[in-house]
This record gives sequence, C-alpha cells and structure tokens, in this order.
Amino acid sequence: MSGKFQNPTQDPLLLRIFLSLVAIGFVALFLVLPLLIVFKEALADGLGKAFAAIIEPDALSAVKLSLLAAGIAVPLNTVFGISAAWAVAKHDFSGKTILVTLIDLPFSVSPVVSGLIYVLVFGLQGWFGSYLLDHDIHILFALPGIVLATIFVTFPFVARELIPLMVDQGRDEEEAAISLGASGFSTFCRVTLPNIKWGLLYAVLLCNARALGEFGAVSVVSGHIRGQTNTMPLHVELLYNNYDYVGAFAVAALLALLALLTLVFKTILEWRYADELAAMHRH
Amino acid sequence: MSLIIDSVAKRFARFPALNGVSLNAPQGAFVALVGPSGSGKTTLLRILGGLEEADSGSVRFADLNWLSMPARERKAGFVFQQYALFKHMTVADNIAFGLRVRPRRERPSRGEIRDRVQELLRLVQLEEFGGRYPSQLSGGQRQRVALARALAIEPRMLLLDEPFGALDAKVRKELRVWLRHIHDKAGVTSIFVTHDQEEAFAVADLVAVMNAGRIEQYGAPADVRRDPKTKFVAEFLSA
Ligand SMILES: Nc1ncnc2c1ncn2[C@@H]1O[C@H](COP(=O)(O)OP(=O)(O)OP(=O)(O)O)[C@@H](O)[C@H]1O
Ligand SMILES: [Mg+2]
Repeated sequence: MSGKFQNPTQDPLLLRIFLSLVAIGFVALFLVLPLLIVFKEALADGLGKAFAAIIEPDALSAVKLSLLAAGIAVPLNTVFGISAAWAVAKHDFSGKTILVTLIDLPFSVSPVVSGLIYVLVFGLQGWFGSYLLDHDIHILFALPGIVLATIFVTFPFVARELIPLMVDQGRDEEEAAISLGASGFSTFCRVTLPNIKWGLLYAVLLCNARALGEFGAVSVVSGHIRGQTNTMPLHVELLYNNYDYVGAFAVAALLALLALLTLVFKTILEWRYADELAAMHRH
Repeated sequence: MSLIIDSVAKRFARFPALNGVSLNAPQGAFVALVGPSGSGKTTLLRILGGLEEADSGSVRFADLNWLSMPARERKAGFVFQQYALFKHMTVADNIAFGLRVRPRRERPSRGEIRDRVQELLRLVQLEEFGGRYPSQLSGGQRQRVALARALAIEPRMLLLDEPFGALDAKVRKELRVWLRHIHDKAGVTSIFVTHDQEEAFAVADLVAVMNAGRIEQYGAPADVRRDPKTKFVAEFLSA
C-alpha cells in the first residue's frame, strides 16, 4: 500500500481547523467578550471609582445579603441533594420516578413563576398571609423569602449531578463494606461519600454560582428595598436603571469575580489531587 | 458448629431464583457450588452473606439463627464476582477496612492493624503493592486483594463468588491450591462458586451441582463423579 498511514479516528485537517475555529470563535464571542466588557465598563472611570461603588453601604449590604442567602441555601441543598441521590441510586422504593421528576421541577419552571408561587403562599392575600401578619413573621420582602426562593431555584443542582453518578457506581462497594462489618453510617461516610466527592464538589460550586446570581425568583419576593433586601444581581439592575453604569458594572464585575474564583478553586483542587482523580477514573 | 441450610427459597419479582435449597456441611468444610449460568449460585451466596433476604427457609451456622442476623454481624468474608474493591482507597486501606470500622472496644490499635495488613499482604504475595490503588493492579492481583480484605475480619465463613473468574487457566491452578491452603490455615467454612467443574472437583471436600434454583446432587467429588444421580448431572459432568 502506498501513502502515509492515517489514524482511523483522525478527521481531515481542514475539517479539524474549521471546527476548532468555530469552537474558539463561539467561546470568544459569547463567553469571553461579555466578561471582558463587564470589567472594561467597571473600570471606565478608573479603579478608584469602581472600588468606591463596591464599598458604598448599599452595595456592601447587597453583597452581604447575597452571600448570606447562598450560605444558607447551598448547604441545605447539598444535604438534600445527597440524601435524594442516595435514596434514588442505592435503594428501591415506589414513587422513585415521581421523586426524580419533582427534583427537576425548578429547572422546568420559570424562576419568575417560582417567585410568584411564594407570593401566593406567603403574601398578604396569600394562604398564610393573615396568620403571618398576626404573628409578625416577615417572609416576603425579607431575608426568609429571598432564602426560600434561592433554595427553590438551586434545588436540583446537587441531586441532578449525583443521581447518574451514584446509579453508575451501583451498590457493590456498599455491599462489600456492610459484609466487612461497617454500619450504614460508616459505609456512607467511608465509601459512598468519597466516591462522589468530585461530582459533589462540582455540583456545590455550580449551585453556589447560581445561588449568588439568581435574579428572577428573588426579584419577585425581595421587594427591592435598597440597602435591605437587594441582592447583588438586583442591586446591579437598580444601579443600571439609574444610569449609574460604572456602579452597575463594578458590582457585576465583583459577581463575575466570585464565579471565576470558584472555578480557580476547582482547578486548584483538581491539580492538587490529579493522582487520586486518575486512579478513580481508570478501573 | 456446622452449616445447615434448610429449604431456602428466593424469588425476584415472579422469577424463582432458588426453589428450596438444602445443604449440610461440617465445620471447616470447603464446599464448591457448580452449575450453569443463572442457576442461583450467586443468589445463594448473597443470602448466606446477608446481602439478600430469603423468602423462606432457614440457615443455622455455629448454632446461630444465621438469617436473622444482620449482615454486618455475621463475619462472613465475601469475595465478589466483580472484586468490589474500594476504588478510592489504597490496597492497604482496602485490607484494613474491616478492622477500622469495628466499634472502638473491639478495634485493634493502629500498630496492630498495620501489622495485620502487612501479614495479609505477605499471605497474598502482594507485599510491594500496599500503596497502590486497585486501578493500578492486574485482575489476579485485585482478586487477591479482595481475598485478603475478606480474611482481615477473621471470618467464620468465606463466601467466594467465582474468585478466579477473570484469570487464565495456569494462574487459576496456582491460586486454587493456594486458596485451599489458606482455607485450611484459617479454619473457616468456605463456599466456593465456580463455573469450572474441574476446579471444583480438584479443591473441594463437597460439591453441590445446581440447576434452575435447585441442588441436583450434593456429595464428595469422587461420589458425584462416580455416580451421577440425575441426567442433568451426568450431562453437566461430561460437558
Ligand atoms: N436482583 C435480581 N433481580 C431479578 N432477577 C435476578 C436478580 N438477581 C438474580 N436474578 C435472577 O436469578 C437467577 C439466578 O441468578 P444468579 O446470579 O444467582 O445466577 P448464577 O448461578 O450466579 O449465574 P452466573 O454463573 O452467571 O453468575 C438468574 O436467572 C437471574 O436472572
Ligand atoms: Mg453468579
């Protein structure tokens, strides 16, 4: 046979170049460029102005509120997600498909609708409205409402990531652990959890990013009280609508930085534990 | 202290996997289970190990009502068909697992655990491999780790589900002699599942030939071979 050996899985050179260019172009245009513009606009009047916009009291309060809401919602959804995935993947029970479908609900419902549901339930005219008023409990236009909305919207992230992972792993290792004398709890901590920790980390980071960035549902329940119930995304919108572009972009840039930070954190962990990761994937 | 299995039955959905299996074995016996795929060998082993619940029937072992005991209290060392090693742990940690999860009162000290793991690594001839992960081992090495892990808990009963399934004939021959040696040394009662009847007849004290959820014949290898009781056994042995 004449001619060079061609790798059977290798596509023609031109096609490869074309596909690479499309991919790079797409990423640059739709992901990198907007991010760059956010930072450019934030620094339009210099670093000092951007910094001032962030440490201004209303902005700081928005940052605090966002971190607090995520700080409550993410751990709760992590615990819930692990429990749900564990139940679905490692046990048989009736109503399993219904549970899985329900977990997906927040993904399929528009966040605005989710927010409106809370207004319907907890609002003055809502089911519990008069009860809450009588007992002076504030849910809407206050922290509890914002936390509830955030929990609802970020509900599926952990469970969705873990279910296929745990189904794929099966029950073999858990059975081995039990037969070696481990209790259910110790099997969970020593076998189940370590086997899902990378997927879990990824899911928690995504869940956190979404919790910090949630706009629609939170916007409906927050009431937009500047300095009190405005989260970071809501504060960005408020500044933007008031033609304070530097302020809006500065807070937006901070939000983007938080997201980038989580990605850096994930990359560092992956790099640090490369050996262990490789060992887990080959088997 | 013998093993008495009495009319154990198990169905999956409507499918009968075990149709009343009875079998007696003296303490310290090495029993081989042979039979075609799907005949219920793994199911019987899983019931003995407490990983599956029997629908009816009873098992007495060491004068205990075996089936009413939770799996974790049975001290039945299980060697799985697919190894089921802990992927995220090194070989040494895999072997130490059964000792580390003991309640504090019964747990050996760190030093004792380390010594015990070394001893077991030597026993399964993997002294240099304690620091490796299961993914970095060959099939036969993984199988030996699985055996060492099961032996670490000082089991009263060893349940071996085709432990040499993935290995070539030569290695199997070496390992079965070695396994029999370990069985004798540990003084356990072992149930050993295999597809390979030659292997079963070579190592076991007693052989049970299973078919469609039943034991067709049970006895000493020489007796079963000399005098097959059913047409199925005769055909199975001549295959
Ligand atoms: N979890 C289960 N659900 C439904 N059916 C099952 C289950 N486990 C086993 N069975 C069925 O029970 C029968 C016996 O299975 P078992 O695994 O005990 O066979 P085996 O003798 O070990 O076969 P092999 O030699 O192929 O490993 C098979 O027909 C199998 O399809
Ligand atoms: Mg089997």
